[in-house]
Amino acid sequence: MKNSPSNDRRRFLLSIARGIGLSAMGALVWSAYVGEVKSAPLVLRPPGALAEDKFIKNCIKCGLCVEACPYDTLKLAKPGDNLPMGTPYFIPRTIPCYMCSDIPCVPVCPSGALSEPSVSSYINKTNAQLDINKARMGLAVIDRESCIATWGIQCDACYRACPLMGQAITIEFSKNERTGKHAFLIPNVHADICTGCGMCEHACVTKKAAIYVLPRALAMGEAGNHYIKGWDPKDEQRLDTVKKNVPHEFTKTKLSEKSALDSLNDEGGL
Amino acid sequence: MKHYKYLLMRRFSQIAILVLYIGANAWGWKILQGDLSASLLMGKVPLADPYAVVQIAVTGATLGIDIILGALIVTFFYGVIGGRAFCSWICPINMITDTAAWLRRKLKFSEVQKRFYMSRSLRYWILGLSLILSAVMGVAAFELISPVSMAHRGAIFGMGMGGGALVVIFLFDLLVHENGWCGYICPLGASYALIGKFSLIRIHHDANKCTDCRDCITVCPEKEVLHMVNRSSESVLMGECTNCGRCVDVCKEDALGFSIRSQLKQPKDEK
Ligand code: SF4
Ligand code: SF4
Ligand code: SF4
Ligand code: SF4
Repeated sequence: MKNSPSNDRRRFLLSIARGIGLSAMGALVWSAYVGEVKSAPLVLRPPGALAEDKFIKNCIKCGLCVEACPYDTLKLAKPGDNLPMGTPYFIPRTIPCYMCSDIPCVPVCPSGALSEPSVSSYINKTNAQLDINKARMGLAVIDRESCIATWGIQCDACYRACPLMGQAITIEFSKNERTGKHAFLIPNVHADICTGCGMCEHACVTKKAAIYVLPRALAMGEAGNHYIKGWDPKDEQRLDTVKKNVPHEFTKTKLSEKSALDSLNDEGGL
Repeated sequence: MKHYKYLLMRRFSQIAILVLYIGANAWGWKILQGDLSASLLMGKVPLADPYAVVQIAVTGATLGIDIILGALIVTFFYGVIGGRAFCSWICPINMITDTAAWLRRKLKFSEVQKRFYMSRSLRYWILGLSLILSAVMGVAAFELISPVSMAHRGAIFGMGMGGGALVVIFLFDLLVHENGWCGYICPLGASYALIGKFSLIRIHHDANKCTDCRDCITVCPEKEVLHMVNRSSESVLMGECTNCGRCVDVCKEDALGFSIRSQLKQPKDEK
């Protein structure tokens, strides 16, 4: 009876079932863990990095970018760093990105997680040139409460540290009404130029930096594209395409029978 | 001296490779840069771990040409010399698990301890599971927990708390199950076992010389592959063999040795 074929079959089915059961259990624990460690919204990536979700798919964690960086800016996440393990990141307050013009960290990346085209500008279609100013590692954000320049104390540390001085950060002058004879020198960051290198954060004189780099996805809002800038001819052109593409429905009321101008000019009983 | 020939060669290879990687990060050497997931040989030739690349591929990422090329080169290399040679000649974890296995033998743990049941095929389940999870979670799943990369990367780029994983593997192999990590769990080893299935370099057993002392079986981390010992003269053909040469080192009768696989000489299934 012990080794009858039906018993063998039962044992076989049982072992398959056990395999599946154990796998399901393993999958649950494993996926919970993976889900936990892959979400790190605050992490800053090297120049040229793909969007975070794509970056984390691509990066093979080889550290070649880390080895290529001459300033030791980039680090590979270790266990305990609470970041997706083995992926490169940097902490600007410790070591910022010095925006090397030859961007050594990008071309070495074998996986495509750091994309060379995203940090190249094109003279013509075939002639690409590395251009670190196109990097968008993050965006510098100012906490105006702790920035001492907004108190009226003269500080332009971030402005002077910025590799794109006068472009990514500009200084706005205004009269200090409290003293009556001094000026405020207020730094402003321009999101379309700032690369997120963090030189400003590194240079900031306050105890905890009053200007700091956040991942763009976190630092920026989004207005939605149904707002059209009437004062921008290019933006207003969008109206034409909208008119063409979207079937219109016009509301007809008694008022709308006449043209809008007429109704404005119609002073009625006045 | 003969007793340690391959052991010494393996330790030399493991340590030399580790030193080259460390030198690349610390002093800018250009011989072997990167780590075991992907590297650059002599500043030119790309190398990549095929298992890691497959995990990345199933997440749906568009792969860089360098890691595809790198993975093909590595697959070809181990396809010829025996996939799991990676495990015994390169993998840094091997030094830890070998130490645990050696201690186990010295302390005679396997004799007193009743083994709890683990199946050798567990690692293939884990391999499959890692690919499914990578596809579902959109991130290379094993790469996020791999103690192998953790240890290797830790040695090159700084350890963090990664040392803990090594201690766990050491204790697991020492106290819980003989060769537990490499022999039963590690899906990286499993992937190389698949790659090495048809490789050319093989251990050959000569049954005429064998005195059935079974020293080779004691020392082999994948005992199943030596099923022919003292039964028939044939080559070890299972991909699970790590080509470590422990059995060759230990055999006093010269019944075991490395050979080039030849399909002709291989006796057809002698059962
Ligand atoms: S651009 Fe230069 S400083 Fe910045 S991360 Fe790359 S290599 Fe380092
Ligand atoms: S070089 Fe690319 S793949 Fe390697 S760690 Fe850096 S980003 Fe990841
Ligand atoms: S504003 Fe700060 S982060 Fe932005 S480019 Fe200038 S220094 Fe770099
Ligand atoms: S058969 Fe020999 S070479 Fe293969 S794993 Fe066992 S001891 Fe190592």
